[in-house]
Amino acid sequence: MTSGWKVGTVVSTRTETPTGRSITIDVPGWPGNIAGQHVDVRLSAPDGYQAVRSYSIASAGDGEWVQLAVDKLPDGEVSPYLVDEVQKGDQLELRGPLGGWFVWRPEIDGVPQAGDVQLIGGGSGIVPLIAMIRSHAASESTAKFRLLYSVRTPEDAFFADELARLEGDGLEITWVYTRQAPEGWPTPAGRVTLDALRSATFPSSGTPAVFVCGPTGFVESVATWLVELGHEPAAVKTERFGGA
Amino acid sequence: MVTHVDGNALAGPLSEIFRADMTLATGECRHCHDTTVLARALVEMDEAGFAVHCCECSHVLFTVIRTPERTWVDLQGIAGLEFPA
Repeated sequence: MTSGWKVGTVVSTRTETPTGRSITIDVPGWPGNIAGQHVDVRLSAPDGYQAVRSYSIASAGDGEWVQLAVDKLPDGEVSPYLVDEVQKGDQLELRGPLGGWFVWRPEIDGVPQAGDVQLIGGGSGIVPLIAMIRSHAASESTAKFRLLYSVRTPEDAFFADELARLEGDGLEITWVYTRQAPEGWPTPAGRVTLDALRSATFPSSGTPAVFVCGPTGFVESVATWLVELGHEPAAVKTERFGGA
Repeated sequence: MVTHVDGNALAGPLSEIFRADMTLATGECRHCHDTTVLARALVEMDEAGFAVHCCECSHVLFTVIRTPERTWVDLQGIAGLEFPA
């Protein structure tokens, strides 16, 4: 559980997309985290004004390093600082790890998990999902993973190199490009559809665990379709951000 | 500025008030009687606090308002909370 705020020091930053960056933070006393958990980040202005936002953790497991990946909201109070300004050596206040619902554990009571896992991410919604992919890759779990990742254009993909490296080893990836597909891509750019979900994701008959993360509209459409495709609502876990 | 998130994001703010992980608590909406985990709720959050809405009927389940002196919790729309053992 939580014990208030911890101070972490930025170890490195990496540009992931034109508007997004990953940030690795050394947090003394960090107890490790389960894949899918998040942290609250608190920024304090010199006049005492504070802003707190939640960010999913891209890393999982033991150790005191925490990786976040953040997409800049044009009118955001915290994300522009994290994406454009924070530098190696800067300090950040964090509270966490938080949340025990949108999580995937590689083993339960010492037994590696074998059940299929369907991940569906939109934009920076990949962040908690890559934590699950990394946790799976580092574990004895024999679970099969499928990822459906929706991005506007190829350059908007977070962790693209790493996903390409991990693909194949118990992980299948389907890319959906909503604005611009790579040259020669077999399907035109467009949003995720019910048909795309039906053809690219695990069928409900195998009772996979399903995790959906992304902007609110994306998550609501996908979650509704998954239930139409026969998934139990309780088997579809969602994490949404932004929108009304 | 109001930000829209979901019940997962309540884990940190509610840890200031409750000891359990509230995102795993199951609550019943007084309006539509849907019963589900708070992680699924819809949340409007700003500097003053937050309002938590039912994910099915969008009625307010509960609100939390904070000032430097005190915190108010109004559980008007929630008919009970159940916690996993």
